[in-house]
Amino acid sequence: MARIIVVTSGKGGVGKTTSSAAIGTGLAQRGHSTVIIDFDVGLRNLDLIMGCERRVVYDFVNVINGEATLNQALIKDKRTEGLFILPASQTRDKDALTEEGVSKVLEELKERFDYIVCDSPAGIEKGAQMALYFADEAIVVTNPEVSSVRDSDRILGILQSKSLRAREGQEPVKEHLLVTRYNPARVSAGEMLSVADVEEILAIPLLGVIPESQDVLKASNQGEPVILNADAQAGQAYSDAVDRLLGEDRAHRFLDEQKQGFLKRLLGGGRG
Amino acid sequence: MSLLDYFRSKQSPRSASTAKERLQVIVAHERGQRNQPDYLPRMQQEILEVIRKYVPVEQDDVHVQVDENGNCSVLELNVTLPG
Ligand SMILES: Nc1ncnc2c1ncn2[C@@H]1O[C@H](COP(=O)(O)OP(=O)(O)O)[C@@H](O)[C@H]1O
Ligand SMILES: [Mg+2]
Repeated sequence: MARIIVVTSGKGGVGKTTSSAAIGTGLAQRGHSTVIIDFDVGLRNLDLIMGCERRVVYDFVNVINGEATLNQALIKDKRTEGLFILPASQTRDKDALTEEGVSKVLEELKERFDYIVCDSPAGIEKGAQMALYFADEAIVVTNPEVSSVRDSDRILGILQSKSLRAREGQEPVKEHLLVTRYNPARVSAGEMLSVADVEEILAIPLLGVIPESQDVLKASNQGEPVILNADAQAGQAYSDAVDRLLGEDRAHRFLDEQKQGFLKRLLGGGRG
Repeated sequence: MSLLDYFRSKQSPRSASTAKERLQVIVAHERGQRNQPDYLPRMQQEILEVIRKYVPVEQDDVHVQVDENGNCSVLELNVTLPG
């Protein structure tokens, strides 16, 4: 039975697309056929992060409107076996995704894939609600920062009241907290909320903590999901998160400030 | 953390704990409102208009809340009148 996982947050720029790309890739790496869908109508970006922007011909809305078949629109990832991308439409028509249309496409995808990862747009309005409506699980991406945490709590409220599972009184959407852009040094300096703080406020199970890292920018520059960089801490943290998503037990890493030499600390050195 | 940051963080109160306290308050408040019926904001507006016919009150002087009490709901109306 295919699982639909939405990657959502309320707030923009917190790392939803980065996380969708990494987690979708990680699921496929582990042998599960996976499609990542870009729900950000008008602001297509998943293609860039996945490095397939030059190969987009048809998009999600074309499929809904019957202008292309799913096979024509799906882009096969060149690096990871069993991974496909369904790009967002660049139309400015915000109503292009209808509940009926999305439902039809998802039903078809469910026949072919083990996991359907939905990269949500920002906000709590229609676009974000459409991305989460059919979800079985939700990865709530949160930065350790006041507005992001508050917005995450609001999106949790929407998951619990406006998703299909909530509407039909089924078992609730399974919630996961993914803290991203975490900076342990700033946490120990008392300048940034800790993972424990965020967990306590949002009160949902922790899937992973992704450190703030230059490697993420480098990965997006190159159009390669950061999880493919096994040397990068952010890549390793995403790998752990995927393992946990699949039910494995993994200790959390990179939560503490890395021990640096005194001189380096004095000079304010340290990589992001 | 540079040396400068180190002294700065020792001097000022730790801003993360302020953030946490503020978040706990606002999130609890917003969760309370989450389960309120959709008609509540409109009803609050109309009640406000009725009261204003008689007493000058501000928007935040009127609080309307629905509390679930087992099998019945209680509509609580709180109006702060000018002294
Ligand atoms: N762990 C991280 N460390 C550093 N930068 C990050 C991290 N995660 C995301 N970013 C950066 O944050 C920005 C927004 O990320 P993105 O995934 O596009 O967010 P969203 O999809 O939520 O709008 C991008 O520039 C991305 O490179
Ligand atoms: Mg995005």
